[in-house]
Amino acid sequence: MLVAGRLLLIFALAIAVYGVIASLYGARRRNAPAGARGRSGRAWIDSGRRAVYALTGTVVVCFALLEVAFLRSDFSFELVATHSSTTTPAFYRATAAWSSQEGSLLLWILLLSSWSSLILYLTRRRAREIAPYATAVLLGLAAFFLCLLVFLESPFGRLSPVPVEGTGLNPILRHPAMMIHPPMLYSGYTLFTVPFAFAVGALVTRRLGADWIRTTRPFALAAWLCLGIGVVLGARWSYSELGWGGYWAWDGVENAALMPWLTGTAFLHSVMIQERRGMLKVWNVSLILATGILAVLGTFLVRSGILESIHAFGASTLGVPFLLLIVTMVAGSIALVVWRADDLRSEHRLDSLLSREAVFLLNNLVLVALCFVVFWGTFFPLISEAVTGRQASVGPPWFGRYVVPLALVLVLLSGLGPVVAWRRATAANLKRVLALPIAAAAVMLVVLVVAGDVAGRPAALIMFCLAAFVLAVVGQEFWRGVRARRAMSDDSVPRALMSLVRRNRRRYGGYVVHAGIAVLFVGIAASTAFQDVRDVRLAPGERTRVAGYEIAYARATGRLAVAPNGSLEKIDLGARLLVRRDGGEPATLRPERSYFPSNNPELGALSRYFEGEATSEVGLRSGLRRDLWTVVSPDVEGLLAIARRGDEVFSEAGSLPRAERAVALGEALRRMVARYRADAPPATFRILVSPLVTWIWLGALIVFAGGLIALWPVPAGAPRRAMAGYAARVARELGRA
Amino acid sequence: MLVVIALAVALIVAPLRTGRAAADEAAESAERAELDAAKEAKYREIREAELDYRTGKLSHEDWRALDAGLRAEAIDLLRRLDALGEPDREP
Repeated sequence: MLVAGRLLLIFALAIAVYGVIASLYGARRRNAPAGARGRSGRAWIDSGRRAVYALTGTVVVCFALLEVAFLRSDFSFELVATHSSTTTPAFYRATAAWSSQEGSLLLWILLLSSWSSLILYLTRRRAREIAPYATAVLLGLAAFFLCLLVFLESPFGRLSPVPVEGTGLNPILRHPAMMIHPPMLYSGYTLFTVPFAFAVGALVTRRLGADWIRTTRPFALAAWLCLGIGVVLGARWSYSELGWGGYWAWDGVENAALMPWLTGTAFLHSVMIQERRGMLKVWNVSLILATGILAVLGTFLVRSGILESIHAFGASTLGVPFLLLIVTMVAGSIALVVWRADDLRSEHRLDSLLSREAVFLLNNLVLVALCFVVFWGTFFPLISEAVTGRQASVGPPWFGRYVVPLALVLVLLSGLGPVVAWRRATAANLKRVLALPIAAAAVMLVVLVVAGDVAGRPAALIMFCLAAFVLAVVGQEFWRGVRARRAMSDDSVPRALMSLVRRNRRRYGGYVVHAGIAVLFVGIAASTAFQDVRDVRLAPGERTRVAGYEIAYARATGRLAVAPNGSLEKIDLGARLLVRRDGGEPATLRPERSYFPSNNPELGALSRYFEGEATSEVGLRSGLRRDLWTVVSPDVEGLLAIARRGDEVFSEAGSLPRAERAVALGEALRRMVARYRADAPPATFRILVSPLVTWIWLGALIVFAGGLIALWPVPAGAPRRAMAGYAARVARELGRA
Repeated sequence: MLVVIALAVALIVAPLRTGRAAADEAAESAERAELDAAKEAKYREIREAELDYRTGKLSHEDWRALDAGLRAEAIDLLRRLDALGEPDREP
């Protein structure tokens, strides 16, 4: 299987290189007559397109070989031996394939080739001048990543001699979100390369009208959706798994996914202006090129470790190739845009500053400014190290200083955009449509000032009022739209609503997204500004109070977690907490700390269970109003002392038969855990009470539902009939659509 | 593995063996595609302008003026589409 995998990767690289050459050769010969052997330019273009299909099939087989090796725990694969074990549950063995650099790069190629196949199949009769160049770009990117796998970091490296057991999956990756978070992120990155490639093709062929946008817009929206889901899943994973109580740390890897999402959001708005008015061509093509570059940059940041230190750049085998690719993409993009500057001139000008076009422009500027802030904050430590030799850190307070005001403006614009008409709005109309939303914001302000403790939290107060404004706008838009629909069709309210959304998916899908964004930002503002954090040390039987909760440490818990093959997977030590609020019914929280055995041969037989990796299992009680979150750090010093004494005993009994040794080891660990349960020393608890955290996840769900509505394909219109006059034809086609 | 390679090679070289693109694929000229996309966008603009009017963002007079202008632009696009004739079919 290893040899087959390696050979298929080389074959895949050959396909990709061939496809680039065939597509470009066919594009150049497109209008030339068939050659002596009867092969027209179109034949070469079709061959290049089929190379993408063949690449997809080949990479699917490669990935399947790797997955089978993980599922079978085939430790002759070096990747399997270093990222999995027989004690790793099957679910996580399947996901372990992309926990490694090599496996994740193979996943990237699989997704890139799959989306490329889809777009090229869908456009096989359209965009025929642009498609060959887009094919060449997509296959060129695939070839780059395949070169990395073939020459630098092969997923099919052999391990000899074959070990009996693997080192196992990193414990913090053992979470259900791990199954879907990386594929979603990579789907987002690779889907964004599709409009990137078509933008390059449009620039080369000077076909810079609305067609390439119409062709690639669904892929840009799908990319935005997948990347957004990946970002939110990562935040949820961080909140529920990493044991620090937060969901966003402005970590470089998190920022790497956020940047293309921000520019992609800007692109999805501004292309609407180009479709209608032929404006912002330079802006749009630059935005999507930047988004594609940021998607590749994000992949590089996640896998290279470069953000830890610039010295990691040199240590990483991927650093120089990725840097060369990014420099090539940036230089090539700038060159193309400058070369085609004349063809990118706007066909019209802005009619009015009081127009939806103007609001979208502002929205774009804010989103790009946000991206710039994130980019600067992410790379500043590297830049400072390169210039001064010292790495200056930039943390959440720095990001908050610039991101918060920009986010407030963004939420305001998300409320203004839907109420302003295209082309030109009048002040009188604006006053009428803004009255209710402004009233909603004012009511929210009064309620919060009177009833809430918002005095020292102006940013949160403004955000709540703006969210009320946005939700009122969206509600009003739906209400007015349903009313208008019913006036025309006599439908019931539910039917009118369905018909309204079905006939205007982009608009109303977008409104739902805006509502979701408002809900999400309310959750962020509340959980950030009103969070209560307490670190307490409690012995069993003791209690404490945090933010209105009475928390009692009822008893210590401890257990040995055994894998299906009988081996010990981990030791869980924790606590059973009884939680009560306002004298209500008690609830139970069970925070734990899981200790995974280390494979370090220098550690003793017993102490290796307490000196390896450890993860926190969060005790979480979620609600619509607030979350109670807790983790425990058990005091294992006593256990460690016992373990070290036990290490000496087991070391002296080295001649004990393997089976007897295993039984003795298991019995020793069982007694240690039972001792901890019966007589646990005081443990340290971190307790967080965060209002409205659930609104973040609910808001995200609403955003994605809106994205799905906007993405859902519109049914094909009826075929045209012969007509008497153009005006009647327009009226007829409008009525049927 | 050999089966995968053989299938891939057969798929890729098929158009080169016949010497031409698949006969049933109708070509769509770039100009027609551009005009078609512009027409769809124009129709969407007309519908959205009406929806803006019916949801109170435009006065009746503003909508009528805008609608007339958009329909004139749509008619121009239809004229240009018709001037291109029927879509080409490759032999």
